[in-house]
Amino acid sequence: MSTQTADTEGPVGRGASEGARLFREWYRSLDAVAQRGDGAAYVFVMGSLAELLRVFDLPTVFPEVNSLQTAVRRVAHEYLNEAEDYGYSPDICGYVKADVALQLRGGSHPMGQIPKPSLAVLTNACNTYIKWAEIWERMYQTPVFTLDVPGTRASGRQTWPGDPDFEHDREYVARQLKDLISLCEKVSGKPFDIDRLRETLGHTNAMNRGWKRVLEINRSVPAPFNAVTDATISLGVANGFRGTVEGATYFDQLVEEMEYKAARGIGTIRDEQYRLIFVGVPCYPIFRRFNEMFSEWGGAFVVSTYLWFASGGASLGFEYDLERPLESLAEGVLISVRHAMDCMFFQEQALVESIDDYRIDGVVYHAIKSCRTVSTGLADNRRTLMAARDVASLFVESDMMDKRVVSEAQLKNRVDAFFEGMASRRQMAGASGA
Amino acid sequence: MGYGTGVDVGSTQTKAVIIDEKRQIVGRSLIDTGANVVTAAKNAYAEALADSGLQEEQIDYIVGTGYGRYRVTFGDIQVTEISCHGRGAVHMFPATRTVVDMGGQDTKAIRVSPTGEILDFCMNDKCAAGTGRFLGAVAAAFEIPLKDLGPMALSGERPVKIATTCTVFAETEVLSWLSRGKKLEDILLGVHRSSVSRSVGLMRRVGIEPEVTFTGGVAKNVGMVAGLKDAVDLPVNVGDDSHYMGALGAALFAMDHILGSRMPAAPVEGE
Repeated sequence: MSTQTADTEGPVGRGASEGARLFREWYRSLDAVAQRGDGAAYVFVMGSLAELLRVFDLPTVFPEVNSLQTAVRRVAHEYLNEAEDYGYSPDICGYVKADVALQLRGGSHPMGQIPKPSLAVLTNACNTYIKWAEIWERMYQTPVFTLDVPGTRASGRQTWPGDPDFEHDREYVARQLKDLISLCEKVSGKPFDIDRLRETLGHTNAMNRGWKRVLEINRSVPAPFNAVTDATISLGVANGFRGTVEGATYFDQLVEEMEYKAARGIGTIRDEQYRLIFVGVPCYPIFRRFNEMFSEWGGAFVVSTYLWFASGGASLGFEYDLERPLESLAEGVLISVRHAMDCMFFQEQALVESIDDYRIDGVVYHAIKSCRTVSTGLADNRRTLMAARDVASLFVESDMMDKRVVSEAQLKNRVDAFFEGMASRRQMAGASGA
Repeated sequence: MGYGTGVDVGSTQTKAVIIDEKRQIVGRSLIDTGANVVTAAKNAYAEALADSGLQEEQIDYIVGTGYGRYRVTFGDIQVTEISCHGRGAVHMFPATRTVVDMGGQDTKAIRVSPTGEILDFCMNDKCAAGTGRFLGAVAAAFEIPLKDLGPMALSGERPVKIATTCTVFAETEVLSWLSRGKKLEDILLGVHRSSVSRSVGLMRRVGIEPEVTFTGGVAKNVGMVAGLKDAVDLPVNVGDDSHYMGALGAALFAMDHILGSRMPAAPVEGE
């Protein structure tokens, strides 16, 4: 079975090359900020509020993206060791430790110099965010703003605009955003400009529309993009260029590329045999190899929960009402961040729907040592999903940063057994005429 | 008459089984794997051939399995030991629905269909506690022959509680129990119960359905078999060839190929 991608033609491959270019450009701009001695707003993928921060010309640094880049570039162990030598436990989130080492190194990163934080903005979507920001607060006396976003209540019941509970939640978020605006004015020395907010929200609308559409296009058989490898590049753009014209243009073009591929039956792999869902955070220390273990069997990742929650819920495609930008920002943050949390904690129903809509053969659960937030409950979620749908599933454990807990031989053994099981299922179904 | 061979290169021992078209075992071998995996596979195959009285030219198809399956250089395809243990167990005990395989350094729980297909599986990760290696370490610490470990544990009456979750530290813990005056048999009973509870935890993750079949080298340990029966409160099948189950499953897949029912070949790294 071939693992090569289809021949390059037309817009095919543009998303990957343009995404990589934008990524380099983003890091170059951050390097320039650092060289000037200026600071940046440190934000997170689940609720970055980039649309608002851009109004104040605050450059955004995503520490999670910095950290995962050290793993992709195979230097994460140097950063992790440095943080552990400094006193951080091996059991602490690898993203946090890589960032601690980056700060200890004065911002030195394989992609360029990272500016220091002049402001940290976070949400409660991940409990580690809160402790992480406290590190910068201690190191630099960085002002920290924690936006408390009400999530889906324990029963899984969601409320929507018009519902009194939702309106209370929106008001709660809106009042916090007013406080954030005051803080941004103070940190940046620039006044809030509602027309600029309208402009950045408009760009985010275009991006969210594109992101949702791109994910939908992967219902095509064969799938035009790999939801673990190809889409992670787009995810980087979705975060780093949120609220910008470059980001909006990128997603317009990405939709065009994926529609082109879908219309011509160009798949992400030549001989798609099995359509898979990936649940969790990718294994960045062996990012390409991890995917190859599946693609060698003809397995294509068609859906990934990572693309839902690590885009801050942008996969939902929420569009702001530009006539009432502040109210709508509160509504959008509430709905999108809540969606991001639901994609980690209440993911079963979305997975069931994806199994049906995307013609899924198997679900791959990837629990990671570093992150309790996304990994706790995966085994139970898997059991629930298996009771709801008769599809094959695989549960593997490694890490998104720490190669010391990534055993390629163990992973391959389990992946091979997973495909042997799916092949047998198919054989038996064929024999019984199902 | 066609003959199929399965070679199971495990972390501790390498097993080879040759079967005929009636799926009867006609030759077998078991040797220590040692440091050279390729040589171990070749030697196990040669010994199984000698045991069967067959010549190499009479063997039609060879399937490699186990952690060293890609080092069975003379093999035709590789199949994971997970599939092989499932297949072998259902062949030996057709009503098997749950397989627990305890080998040298891993323990796996497998749920199988009536035809031996893998429905779900779960393995220990990152830790050898509760595997054959764990029992081997305890035997070495007490300087007891491995074969005596199970019978001695069965004569224990008041099992000690083994709290440590690491094989290396457990060795220290069991020695400390001895220094505190606990009976050796009671310590060994505690060790076996601790190992069984880890295996049962894996089995629960895939769901325990009767019949349960116990495979792998550890199935030779009567203390573990008795402990498993108690823990799952079900009869547990253990065959005389339980430690050959992976190799037998591989030989059955080889016979599928000979007789025309094909198992997909695992991709070889880098191809």
